[in-house]
Amino acid sequence: MVSRRNPTPSGKGAPPRGGLLQRKEALFALLLILPAFVFIGIIIFYPMALSLYLSLFQVDLTRKGAGTPFVGLANYIDIFKSSYFWSSIGRTAYFTAVSIALEMVLGLFVALLLNEKFRGRGALRSLLLLPWALPITVDAIMWKWIFNANYGAFNAFLTQLGLIDKYQPWLTRPWSAMHCVIVADVWKVTPLVALLLLAGLQTIPRELYEAAYVDGAGWFRILWKITIPLLGPTMTVVLVLRTLDAFRVFDIVYVMTQGGPANATKVISFLTYQEAFKFLHFSKGAALSYIITLIVALFAYLYTQTMKRHIEY
Amino acid sequence: MGLRKARIIRGIAIGIASILLAGVLLAPPLWLFISSIADLKDLLRIPLRWIPENPSFSRYESILFGSGPESEFRKIMFNSVYVAAFVTIICVSLGVLAAYAFSRLRFPGKEKILFVLLFSYMLPPIAIIIPLYQIFSSFRMLDTKEALILVYSAILVPFVIWMMRTYFDTIPRDLEDAAKIDGCTHFQTLFRVILPLSLPGIVATLLFAFLMSWEEFFIALILTSTPQAKTIPVAIAEFSGRHSIDFGMMATGGVLASLPPVFIALFFQKYIIGGLLSGAVKG
Repeated sequence: MVSRRNPTPSGKGAPPRGGLLQRKEALFALLLILPAFVFIGIIIFYPMALSLYLSLFQVDLTRKGAGTPFVGLANYIDIFKSSYFWSSIGRTAYFTAVSIALEMVLGLFVALLLNEKFRGRGALRSLLLLPWALPITVDAIMWKWIFNANYGAFNAFLTQLGLIDKYQPWLTRPWSAMHCVIVADVWKVTPLVALLLLAGLQTIPRELYEAAYVDGAGWFRILWKITIPLLGPTMTVVLVLRTLDAFRVFDIVYVMTQGGPANATKVISFLTYQEAFKFLHFSKGAALSYIITLIVALFAYLYTQTMKRHIEY
Repeated sequence: MGLRKARIIRGIAIGIASILLAGVLLAPPLWLFISSIADLKDLLRIPLRWIPENPSFSRYESILFGSGPESEFRKIMFNSVYVAAFVTIICVSLGVLAAYAFSRLRFPGKEKILFVLLFSYMLPPIAIIIPLYQIFSSFRMLDTKEALILVYSAILVPFVIWMMRTYFDTIPRDLEDAAKIDGCTHFQTLFRVILPLSLPGIVATLLFAFLMSWEEFFIALILTSTPQAKTIPVAIAEFSGRHSIDFGMMATGGVLASLPPVFIALFFQKYIIGGLLSGAVKG
């Protein structure tokens, strides 16, 4: 783990090894971490275990008298055999891939812009915090209102520019609904990606650019041959972190489309929410949530691995 | 290509890109704000009138001071403040203590416990929400602010530990060593030397914990249902789901919900950007 490579090894300033002192130190540590862990244990780990248990039974609140028989992996098998599961995984993957690709490319350009010296750069950098600071639900109602079919600003804007001749129902057509959700996500997250990439850019020594420029390399060549390779580690970390987040997308979908139209935006977390809290199939919901958790854990593992590599550089 | 010409082209490119960027960042929230002060007639007009004829803050007034149905939103805002305040206090006090142990003390199993922490931080809330719903239901704690406070604090504790441990690691140990030579106990060193020195880190952590609790939606959606305990994100989502939406009111709610985080982001910019870059923060 990360801490093993910590530049300041723990306990450096600790008193010399002695049985009693060592035990005293461990005891003090226990005293400090115990309250936090009792809390986490009750509210996070106990429910996690309960969720696993739940997923192996048939708990269905719509059939009250039916009891709760043990069904083993049947819930999981049902899910893997169903087409709705795979299509929602497909939608989630599409959302994740498209929004992250846009966020990385746009974020890189914004970062490159802010890495230049010019007047107003500080103000622009502060402005980047605006989308980040807006609560995600506000981001969602804002875009839902902008894309409104009858009165939306997007329709008004395009009509007044003469690009469309009548208002379009953006959020009730499958293809455009998915992309409206992606826009809401990209607008909110790109500034954060840009700030992270900017920090990476600032570690690249200016002399490298100057040398390349003197050698007659153009802007694009410098970007492709110097900037992007040197930014690689930062980009990998951002990529994995964003994947972790985008894969769990729920709030924007809930507010903007409720998974519709015709399931076009029913991503995996929305499907799970519906199973558990709309249809009250608690066991199936728990099984689905375990599948999501496993996928996220895989990404998290990748994240710690890239962090490790990152630190070794 | 002459150097002067190149400089001019660069200037123009930067100018255009900056204006474009500022426009894209500002326009949507600006439209939300305009919608909140415009007359509904102006908002529903085709072709749309971008600059409202008689802007007024009457919606803000009726939410903040009125006694009509809009005053419900005021109660919900209070819930959000109440929950976020308690969560921040609880998770930071528990987390800071544990973070000190992880940064400075030796004890068995430290690495493994840290890994478990990282995992519980990345756990999607959906993994625990179904059992939590059942548990709180059996304790008759559904739709209470206390349930939200408990869950948010537990979820944020690992985050606080992670962030504060990183911060403690940057504080030189010489001062503690000196304090120990002077005969301070671990406990005294922590409270008299380390904590005062880590104030900037603690402030940043407090802010992030507040922001995360302020905007959390999914758990609040499941665990709360009435103005008794509902928080702002849930109220806003509900607003947009109604059949006859008062777009102006919805926009006003959105602006009010955004004010605290936007002010925090602007006033504590240095802390926020520093925290974001330390890599401990999710988007």
